[in-house]
Amino acid sequence: MAEKNEFRHTISCLVENRAGVLARIAALFSARGFNINSLAVGETENAEVSRMTIVVQGDDRVLEQVEKQLNKLIDVIKVSDYKNTPHLERDLVLVKVTATAQNRAELIQICDVFRAKIVDVAHESVIIEATGDEEKIQALRDLLEPFGIREMCRTGIVALARGAKELTLSEPVKKTGQKKS
Amino acid sequence: MEMTGAQIIVECLKREGVKIIFGIPGGVTLPMFDVLYDSPIRFVLTKHEQGATHMADAYARASGRVGVCTATSGPGATNLVTGLATAYMDSSPIIAITSQVRSDVIGSDAFQEADATGIMRPVTKHNYLVKDPRDLVRVIREAFLIASTGRPGPVHIDIPVDIQRAKTEFKWIENISIRSYRPKLEGHPLQIKKAADLIASAQRPLLYAGGGVIGSDTAEVLRKLAEKADMPVATTLMGNGAIPFDHPLYIGMLGMHGKYVCNKAIQSCDLLVACGVRFDDRVTGKLSAFSPHSKKIHIDIDPSSIGKNVMTDVPVVGDLRNVLPRLLEAVQKKSHPEWKKQLKQLDQQHPMAYKDDDKKGYVKPQYVIDKLHQMTKGEALVTTGVGQHQMWAMQWYAAKRPRHFITSGGLGTMGYGFPAAIGAKMARPEDTVVCIDGDGSFQMMMTEMATAVRENVKIIVIVFNNCVLGMVRQWQDLFYNQRFAATYQLAPGGRAVKGAEPDPKKTPYVPDFMKWAEAYGILGIRVNSRNQVESALKQAFKSDKSVLIEVSVHQSEKVMPMVPAGASLDEIILDMA
Repeated sequence: MAEKNEFRHTISCLVENRAGVLARIAALFSARGFNINSLAVGETENAEVSRMTIVVQGDDRVLEQVEKQLNKLIDVIKVSDYKNTPHLERDLVLVKVTATAQNRAELIQICDVFRAKIVDVAHESVIIEATGDEEKIQALRDLLEPFGIREMCRTGIVALARGAKELTLSEPVKKTGQKKS
Repeated sequence: MEMTGAQIIVECLKREGVKIIFGIPGGVTLPMFDVLYDSPIRFVLTKHEQGATHMADAYARASGRVGVCTATSGPGATNLVTGLATAYMDSSPIIAITSQVRSDVIGSDAFQEADATGIMRPVTKHNYLVKDPRDLVRVIREAFLIASTGRPGPVHIDIPVDIQRAKTEFKWIENISIRSYRPKLEGHPLQIKKAADLIASAQRPLLYAGGGVIGSDTAEVLRKLAEKADMPVATTLMGNGAIPFDHPLYIGMLGMHGKYVCNKAIQSCDLLVACGVRFDDRVTGKLSAFSPHSKKIHIDIDPSSIGKNVMTDVPVVGDLRNVLPRLLEAVQKKSHPEWKKQLKQLDQQHPMAYKDDDKKGYVKPQYVIDKLHQMTKGEALVTTGVGQHQMWAMQWYAAKRPRHFITSGGLGTMGYGFPAAIGAKMARPEDTVVCIDGDGSFQMMMTEMATAVRENVKIIVIVFNNCVLGMVRQWQDLFYNQRFAATYQLAPGGRAVKGAEPDPKKTPYVPDFMKWAEAYGILGIRVNSRNQVESALKQAFKSDKSVLIEVSVHQSEKVMPMVPAGASLDEIILDMA
């Protein structure tokens, strides 16, 4: 895509926890040729409602259109683009790194600095768990690279706005006991 | 009371006020059809599921009620796709019910299984796969609510056969609401005030009215608004009938093949009041050069339509049913004699016209439609297919009333016109229903003539037969150096060489439409010259059977004027057709 006014957008959506919602939302982005950088879905404080956090690169005007289209989807309750909102972002990463008895100590030091944890130790490798925003994860990755990254997986960015701004249902959820379909 | 899923479906449809369903049954829809057998709901068995969707769609557009169609699983469901996409683009409220294979075999590539909800998702406003018979009432209620409110559109419900058979307690839900679906109906009072202020200060205002005015039944209040603020009105293809064609403020259709004066008015107005439109590329031409001197007010129920293509100065999100009466109240009485005079002069410079140069054995299509318009006083219900004939129909059949010009505007679905005529006639049996079609478009769905005959609905079909896919040929003629690839019905592969095109008077057309009409037991009339037109139409109006009028049109006929795709409205080609 041409580099015109493309910015990174972190979009949060509250959606009904139902089958088909993810497909509809993914389709909105794919139909416009957007590549989703990361997508995280999970339950909220309310089991009937899921929250999706989507990170995409794109032109502001096109993203505004996508936000409106997201709002149009029946199962989408609320949408917020955090691009101009102070907010926190976190991504959890698991990295399996080649490690021997000789360099394990060095790895532990790096983990300390990043407040990462070693969650599994084997003869030739360790698994490191770290959380942080994209920058931090990238920095950790750069330092781990020389050891040999064997496998890596990430949960995708989740985000919350700082302070008073909240993305919640404006009304208490009725416990109707309706079955999810 | 305990009922089967199938009984619940039919009971819900009855309570939703459904009088008619279009469709075709199949293996896994049998439980529902077994209940429909004893139901007062009329079932119209079509020849193809696509026909059923267009009928339901046009039924909805003609009546303002929700249209319903149904199909079985697999191929039945996939055949609905084009019809649903057509309805989606033109905001037509329909419900499509498909059956699905048994819940426990979904995903196993069972016989006639297709992922119907997955396939329909991009072409519907919403859709459901019902996995529990206890959900049926809620799902059907929600489907009707979603289809008919906000920006209307098609909703699809997929129901596995075991859900139709399962028994459960029937509990009607009186008041239905969906927390994540609350269309904004009231326009913001401040925005309406701003709009009224802009209208008050405008010197050259123009009302640009579209399908939203038709769909919301607000033509009357739109007319009053135009009159009070003395604003000329141009309509889109979908807005044909939003104001009576003989109203002094009506200036015509705009867009790629619109009237010269309308496109000039767009380019020179200082205020554009857009109501129920979406600034389609066929209307705006090149966006950067679109209506450069105007402020823009855009009233629409769909926030995503606003600011999508054209930046708006005063957006008003809301239902025209609420916004227009408020705006009417808020606007000042104005008068713009200079502006109207200017437009009148422009119209006189280049009126919608065509050359009187009928070639021997051929008739000008514009003449035929103009004649039809005169004879019916613009009051017939006209449907069209897609192509040149559709544009000629738009140019020469300006409707007197809303819901009387039904066409596939957004998707441009060839074949739409004929099944649409059947659906529309069922919604308005008292109307004269005329389908204006082309030979290419008509043949895509003409199998439905059997449906029309069997269901005893009278349709007058005018097929302009130029033996070519005329609109595509026109583009080849103008923009592809007359290299006629795949557009000639009479040449192998459709390929013709400029100067050596096949002569329709020597090569027989397949099918022979007169014999075809005879085979279906309807009246066939062939028209080869201008003096046969009036008597053919008279005969058609009098006939108690459906009629097919085949009009020989020369292959070189073009739709003019024309704004080339992607060009600015100022670059209109004015060669007379």
